[in-house]
Amino acid sequence: MDQIRESLLKTSVATKKERFGKTITMAALILIGLVVISIFYFVASKGLATFFTDKINFWDFMTGKTWNPSTNGSNGKPQVGALPMITGSFMITVLSAIVATPFAIGTAIFMTEISPKYGAKILQPVIELLVGIPSVVYGFIGLTVVVPFIRSIFGGSGFGVLSGTVVLFVMILPTVTSMTVDTLRSVPQYYRESALAIGATQWQAIYKVILRAATPGILTAIVFGMARAFGEALAVQMVVGNAAIMPQNLTSPASTLTSILTMGIGNTVMGSMQNDVLWTLALILLVMSLIFNIIIRLIGKKGELK
Amino acid sequence: MQAKTVNKIATGVLYIIAGLVILILAALLGYILVNGVPHLSWHFLTAPSRAFQAGGGIGIQLFNSFYLLILTMLISFPIALGAGIYLNEYAKKNWFTTMIRTAIEILSSLPSVVVGLFGFLLIVVKLNFGFSILSGAIALTLFNLPLLTRSVEGSLNSISNLQREAGSALGLSKWETVLHVILPAALPSIVTGVVLSAGRVFGEAAALIYTAGQSAPALDFGDWNPFNMASPLNPLRPAETLAVHIWKINSEGIMPDAAAVSAGASAVLVIAVLLFNILARWLGKVIFKRLTAAR
Repeated sequence: MDQIRESLLKTSVATKKERFGKTITMAALILIGLVVISIFYFVASKGLATFFTDKINFWDFMTGKTWNPSTNGSNGKPQVGALPMITGSFMITVLSAIVATPFAIGTAIFMTEISPKYGAKILQPVIELLVGIPSVVYGFIGLTVVVPFIRSIFGGSGFGVLSGTVVLFVMILPTVTSMTVDTLRSVPQYYRESALAIGATQWQAIYKVILRAATPGILTAIVFGMARAFGEALAVQMVVGNAAIMPQNLTSPASTLTSILTMGIGNTVMGSMQNDVLWTLALILLVMSLIFNIIIRLIGKKGELK
Repeated sequence: MQAKTVNKIATGVLYIIAGLVILILAALLGYILVNGVPHLSWHFLTAPSRAFQAGGGIGIQLFNSFYLLILTMLISFPIALGAGIYLNEYAKKNWFTTMIRTAIEILSSLPSVVVGLFGFLLIVVKLNFGFSILSGAIALTLFNLPLLTRSVEGSLNSISNLQREAGSALGLSKWETVLHVILPAALPSIVTGVVLSAGRVFGEAAALIYTAGQSAPALDFGDWNPFNMASPLNPLRPAETLAVHIWKINSEGIMPDAAAVSAGASAVLVIAVLLFNILARWLGKVIFKRLTAAR
């Protein structure tokens, strides 16, 4: 009797294995969570040191137009105004998204509505391949093709916001297109059928029904592309000119948060003020990617309600 | 009548846009391949690079890229597999799961340069690993984990619940079901996901500049003892990868044939990505055929 009782109450081998499996898989998951938390902790603690340890005014930092951390300005404070980089980053991001959007949506409509056979057979694999092309390759093409081209047309050095925009446009185009294609494909087939059944032309069906139904998804794709453009470092750094001054026009050398960051972090001493301000730029990048994330979530939620 | 004219115009415009995009993309791929492939030779692919003279190769960088890729996969795959299994099989819908899912989403959207800087701060400086392959592999792991986890979770999610019910009906515990029923069934698409993410890792540079370093010391390919400094297998040596090499020679501008070397190296990168894409699909199919009766 006791033996049966004991074997019934004892933890079985299967249960032990079950607990073991659940524990190690959960540990892996918690590890990822810890990584995210520590990224935020480390970057924030470094980035905020500019304001708390080096006593630089937050507002001066965000709106100052002179970036020269190694010298002091007329007021005896280091010249660390990040506005040129912030402006450069936003200009390039917004411009490349504006240029890429019509091309991406047009191509996606072509691939899903007008010529699905051709789209799936030829365009789809090419776009998938281009999504995977490393960003340095885009940067190298920008350096050897785009920069000389812009130099020959507009004069100047050819480095600047315009070159950065062209490179990022080509870079985010495949990403935005393939996400838009996914969205358009997820529009139910009966939407198309009912639009055509009540006598709409194909364009009317696309414009008035399919695009409307796919709007949240397309917006998500665009914001996703913008997030990628904003965080892209090397491709932009190679063509933007890396002059930390306010961009005068589209073809004068400019800089972005990422370009100054990649250039500078190796040339400064850890813990010095010159180094801390770079970490603050990294913190701005981090916060911006959070904001893009929140926007994508908000779009998703709004789309759900319909 | 008017609606039909508009329809024709709109269709024409869409054709033009699609044509332009095809043209841009084809020109891009064509430019890389046409300019790069003529530079490829056995010498170029195997010789060490030269900083100040023309005629250098990319041998060490190419080896570093592959070695880094393998180390990254060795570290990130078990973690992503565990996390993916938990998310798909065990996780309940509660605040903890939502929080972790959000964290993974945030991690996947972080700029790779930020991930690289975090790796630099924590691994290179604080943990004192120096610029090394190991530091680079850990940074790339952080960069790779969210995508890999999601692809593992997606693969597991596509397995029908009938399989889980069958496992339970046979008296297997959840873990045994996952290990012996669900994982084998999901293996083809997991492998596809892994190889696709390998293509991304292979071309990443921004996260590596300050973790794996920007120098490629000479290697002795006869010495396979991982503890020797000149050994290719030593995980604690600095290692410039192919993508970092392209960036570095173009921003330094001291190598006389930098343009030719980068054109060749770009072609190698693009061909590698292409091969990874093809390999991913092919491997998935082959494994599927071997595991099932679909011969």
